[in-house]
Amino acid sequence: MTLDGFESGRSARITGVDWAALAEDEGKRLKALGVDEGAEVAIVHRGVFGTRDPLALRLGNMTIAIRRAHARAISVEAA
Amino acid sequence: MSREDRVKTRTAALVGNPNSGKSALFNALTGARQKIANYAGVTVERKAGKLTLPNGEAVELLDLPGSYSFDAASPDEAVTRDVVKGTFEGEAVPDVLVLVLDAANLEQHLVFAQEVLELGRPTVVALNMVDLAERDGLTLDPAALSEALGVPVIPTVAVRRRGIAELNAAIAEAETHADEEAHTRWHLTLPERRLSAKHIAKAAILSKSTRHTIENGVDRILLNPWIGPIILFGLLFVIFQAVFAWATPFADALEGGVGIVSQAVTDTMAPGLVRDFLTEGVLAGVGSVVVFLPQIIILFAFILVMEASGYMARAAFLMDRLMAGVGLSGKSFIPLLSSFACAIPGIMATRSIADPKDRLTTILIAPLMTCSARLPVYAVIIAAVIPQSTVGPGVGLQGLVLFALYVAGIIGAMVVALVLRSTVTKGAASGFIMELPRYQLPRIKDLAIGLWQRAWVFLRRAGTIIFVATIALWVLLSFPKAGEGESQLDSSYAGAVADAIHPVLEPIGFNREMSLALVPAMAAREVAVSALATTYAVDAEDEDLAAEGVTAKIAALWSLPTALAFLAWFVFAPQCLSTIAVARRETNGWKWPIVMVAYLFALAWLAAGATYWIAVSLGL
Repeated sequence: MTLDGFESGRSARITGVDWAALAEDEGKRLKALGVDEGAEVAIVHRGVFGTRDPLALRLGNMTIAIRRAHARAISVEAA
Repeated sequence: MSREDRVKTRTAALVGNPNSGKSALFNALTGARQKIANYAGVTVERKAGKLTLPNGEAVELLDLPGSYSFDAASPDEAVTRDVVKGTFEGEAVPDVLVLVLDAANLEQHLVFAQEVLELGRPTVVALNMVDLAERDGLTLDPAALSEALGVPVIPTVAVRRRGIAELNAAIAEAETHADEEAHTRWHLTLPERRLSAKHIAKAAILSKSTRHTIENGVDRILLNPWIGPIILFGLLFVIFQAVFAWATPFADALEGGVGIVSQAVTDTMAPGLVRDFLTEGVLAGVGSVVVFLPQIIILFAFILVMEASGYMARAAFLMDRLMAGVGLSGKSFIPLLSSFACAIPGIMATRSIADPKDRLTTILIAPLMTCSARLPVYAVIIAAVIPQSTVGPGVGLQGLVLFALYVAGIIGAMVVALVLRSTVTKGAASGFIMELPRYQLPRIKDLAIGLWQRAWVFLRRAGTIIFVATIALWVLLSFPKAGEGESQLDSSYAGAVADAIHPVLEPIGFNREMSLALVPAMAAREVAVSALATTYAVDAEDEDLAAEGVTAKIAALWSLPTALAFLAWFVFAPQCLSTIAVARRETNGWKWPIVMVAYLFALAWLAAGATYWIAVSLGL
């Protein structure tokens, strides 16, 4: 399942990222931030009502904002 | 300084992740005396300052842009990589690197740190924000970290000036030679670096309580899908109030001051060309620059507090969805907000947008945000032609028209952004990936330094442009001299320009006086009012009296469709040479400013025309 559909607040382990679905710079940025295979993340906030976009991830001690489109390229499993 | 001294001056550079507290550390190390310029050939800000070591040696300290990786995802990161590696032309490779790590984010920051350490340059680590780490329940062991990394580690709290003397001493004692063997010693892949970062961080953390970070709690309110936007818009309302209400007395005082100097020059000097040049050219130029300073300082103060506290990234988060609707991202929100005071700081603020196409689109639409220079024009025309009636309880028609003009600008900007994103700045929909930094109480001194720097950059960049433009227009308006009984504006070069453009403006309902007023208003829009005063030969020394006189003339001489067309023109027209010049500077060429001017004039003509034709056909 993808991170976008994962329950908020629960820890998820990233099992893979579809880099081809992301722009080159976005992929680089995600990697640099540590959003990559093996990392444990949790969705802590979802954006404004309606589309619920973007979303905020917790990764270690960092909070990272990404769009749902990015979250759809990230496969996860419950950690 | 002799050449030999220059060779001897050592350089040091701060490197680290964004949000590692690098800028506060830079302020703590160098104080308020910093030099801000651009790196050669790119619009990336270069911040340098002087660091005095305990032994009295002066070192040039560079604050490199925050970076997550040498695999650069933005122009800023490319600059950091090239300077640190010594491949940036015109920049000497720093003798000492000061690697700044956020103590509470060790595992993440150690990934980039290892990449930097692999270079083998003499390095000192500043383990920054140890107080925030303690707040999060972390106790760290700097000695263990130092052993693992093989370089000195100094715990610091830049905002409270803790550990600064120790860091200075460590920089002074840093190795003088790079480790030549470094490239053969380590070279890790990204996953290896992450794994080793995890181990190093684990070893350096003595104890970790499970205390909850305050971010989660605060963000639950500030990022709440319902309450968050309400708080943000409340804050924006306060900022607008402040920018437009609090600044007025200061702006009036500054204007009065320039007026006094101008009067003194008029009284002491013999009438003639030199006196006119000083009062109408030089001093008028100074006046039109400083009058914006109070607004810009107030706006910057709010923006700086929002940035330093960590709220700005949350504002971008909340606005991202709206901006995404027109192909932009939350990062465009701040530049556009600044543009309501003045497009110049707004365009300069677009540097924080990493994506080049996003940044260009934001620069191109920034002039559509109603800047404060349009207000005097709006005020005079509205007072003259819109009746003072009410359309509902507490809602005046005049205020409603003013509001509509602001909204027209915003809607125009959104439509233009959509069109640009599907034509000239076409490309994949821009993403929004950013770290939300932890909340922090900003330090007054850091805010003061930031405020001073931004105000100075504005004065220097905008000031010189507005100044030159005002003087150039003075020349156009003053020559050739008018004969007896002729109007100076009529017979000047500016008058000739107005005659040339008038046929184009006639179909949209503009009379000749309006065409004439548009030429001097290129220096600054509010000049349109005094230009109209001159053309209507309103004889008033004081600007307010002139405005009253113009209001009466307009009420008597302009039809309603004509006046509305004039308002619509000012919503869109690029009536500001300074904005065009700053756009040139920030896009490194004339191509995009020309595109901007062309589309804005076309839009202004169409909007004014449509307003005029519709109003006429409605029989107004």
